Amino acid sequence: MTDPDSITQQSGMALRVRDLAFRTGALTLLDGIDLSLQPTGITVVMGPNGAGKSLLLRLVHGLAAPTKGEISWGGALLSPMLTRRQSLVFQKPVLLRRSVAANVDFILRARGRRDRRARDAALARVGLSAEAARPARRLSGGQQQRLALARALVTGPDVLLMDEPTASLDPASVLMIERIVTDTAAQGTKILFVTHDIGQARRLADDVVFLQSGRLAEYSPAARFFDTPRSEAAQAYLAGRLRV
Amino acid sequence: MFSRSVAIIIAGMTFAAPALAQDAIIVQSTTSTANSGLYDHLLPIFAEETGIDVNVVAVGTGQAIKNARNCDGDVLLVHAKPAEEKFVEDGRGVSRSDLMYNDFIIVGPGDDPAGVRGMEDVQTALQQIAQTGALFASRGDDSGTHKKEIALWSDTGIDPTTASGGWYRETGSGMGATLNAAQGMAAYAMTDRATWLSFRNKGDFDILVQGDADMFNQYGVILVNPAVCPSVKAEAGQAFIDWLLSEAGQGAIAAYTLDGEQLFFPNAKG
Amino acid sequence: MSDISDALHMAGQLVLHRDADLIEIVALSLHVSLSAVAIACLVGLPLGALLAITRFPGRGAVLTLVNALMGLPPVVVGLIVYLHLSRAGPLGFLGLLYTPTAMIIAQTILITPIVAALSRQVLEDLHAEYADQFRSFALSRRQTMQALIWDARYSLLTVALAGFGRAVAEVGAVMIVGGNIDHLTRVMTTAIALETSRGDLALAMALGMVLMALALGVNAAVHGVRLTAARQAHA
Repeated sequence: MTDPDSITQQSGMALRVRDLAFRTGALTLLDGIDLSLQPTGITVVMGPNGAGKSLLLRLVHGLAAPTKGEISWGGALLSPMLTRRQSLVFQKPVLLRRSVAANVDFILRARGRRDRRARDAALARVGLSAEAARPARRLSGGQQQRLALARALVTGPDVLLMDEPTASLDPASVLMIERIVTDTAAQGTKILFVTHDIGQARRLADDVVFLQSGRLAEYSPAARFFDTPRSEAAQAYLAGRLRV
Repeated sequence: MFSRSVAIIIAGMTFAAPALAQDAIIVQSTTSTANSGLYDHLLPIFAEETGIDVNVVAVGTGQAIKNARNCDGDVLLVHAKPAEEKFVEDGRGVSRSDLMYNDFIIVGPGDDPAGVRGMEDVQTALQQIAQTGALFASRGDDSGTHKKEIALWSDTGIDPTTASGGWYRETGSGMGATLNAAQGMAAYAMTDRATWLSFRNKGDFDILVQGDADMFNQYGVILVNPAVCPSVKAEAGQAFIDWLLSEAGQGAIAAYTLDGEQLFFPNAKG
Repeated sequence: MSDISDALHMAGQLVLHRDADLIEIVALSLHVSLSAVAIACLVGLPLGALLAITRFPGRGAVLTLVNALMGLPPVVVGLIVYLHLSRAGPLGFLGLLYTPTAMIIAQTILITPIVAALSRQVLEDLHAEYADQFRSFALSRRQTMQALIWDARYSLLTVALAGFGRAVAEVGAVMIVGGNIDHLTRVMTTAIALETSRGDLALAMALGMVLMALALGVNAAVHGVRLTAARQAHA
């Protein structure tokens, strides 16, 4: 699935964020974020509500422009060309008013491709082959999110960004999506995964970014983060004590 | 999807355009002649004899002359002699020929509040309507009928427009619409006999004043000048005029009746 | 009241006997107004989509203008088109005055603002839902507009219907540029105006009833399509 020329593999460095801040009006939503992520594997972004997790995802995907600071992928500053090689899955899937297959075809065509095999493969990968002809909006919540994932994967992105994709799904669907995500990561795609769910974070994370009130509280490998978190904020959160 | 619908539309528009056959001419004429049904009687006969189709645009005389000034027609057939003569003088028309006449009448509610029933003298009748302040519905649209009505008022020395909106009501519309309005407000109105005879919404209205020589309504026919308007189909237009003025055309005009009554009296100078 | 029952009876007779003249003017009414709707959609939908997704200085003024143009008086549109298509006008050489094409042009001008303004509203609402996803997809403006129009297609049918309703019911514009010429440019509304001016109110009313039945039929057909769409959760 991964492109040999992909930026992440070329440079040996994935995401680099320097002194990142985002303000709107008098509100400072993110401030002083410095971060360098591994080029592969699953980075889980955690933190309490309002910590700025989703905003960080939007910033590194170019959906919002930072007030201050720099974002680069593989040594190159964030540009439309780079964000085209990323896919973002939203918490609430935004599906087109078309069939399941047409939803996948849509993004392929937007990239100038008409590739039925790629589409069928993507649907098979998320277990939706049998639903190809159904109206997308008639799918169950879990199926809808899997379709969103198929759409995100069919373009073969370098980076897959996931913003609490399983927050409102049943356990079976959650497991299904987690399996697809770990498979995708195993094939070399870098994944940034925002979640509230500590159990899910333990299952998925190679490393963890922990945000607290718009600041980076901790960035550690998963094993260390869950066993011996350094920051007070992370300790409190893991113990279920933190309320902002 | 879009390109297909474009194709359909273009196809639709192109088949629409040639519907105006090459030898079809446009006659700018008046609502009164068209509404009377005269053209429905004449045109099939003419088409039969010559193969020329005639399309009639029926508007007020003023509008018809304006349209012809804009070269939007080949033949002008109206009833406002001074305006027609001016049209020819200005070089817009080739020449004007008397074609036929009908007459104007004054109609009004059966109970006749101004008491003009049976009068022959139109001046006295109008003066009486003005004096009693009975409602009078005028075309007010610069049409041939309207111009005629104004001329009759000016003979009486009364300027009804000072009472406009009062007893004098200018509808600003065609003859039929004005008769409908007169009907609706029980007002007197002046109309040509042809329109009245073919008018279906008569209600309790009667012909109250008729027979005055001043109410004579002369129609003229003019070929729009091809030297000024190159789009004019001079040959076909002239053929239509020649036919109207010929014995055959004049006979056809005389033969048109409605409810057994002859509406137009041919008077071309043969 | 007897006029109305006469009219009902006459309308029934006209339809039952497939009166040739009636069929001709109904066909021309449909031809002219449906063509106008199709062209108005070709112009108005992309315009509405563009206004829905772009932000620029003066956008508010443009929206106000387009909304105001929805209320264009048909007579004024007719006059403007007449002045252009008249032999004495700048486009007189085309020889289009008093043809169905002239009527299509006038009605297109009349309803394009309606299609643009209403579709702008529909598409802006849909775009609010899709915007983030489309930016994530890195769609071009053109791709965004096309996708919005396609996904809103059933709502836009209603927009087209509003345009059709206005076109098929107007008399002022087609009367001036078409001339109400028998067997050439006579449509339902000009025929009704003509019969009214002849004082044949019952026949005028009968024609009016046929026109209303026609509008009802088109509306019912569109409603049927929308119901099907709703069942598929596309609407």
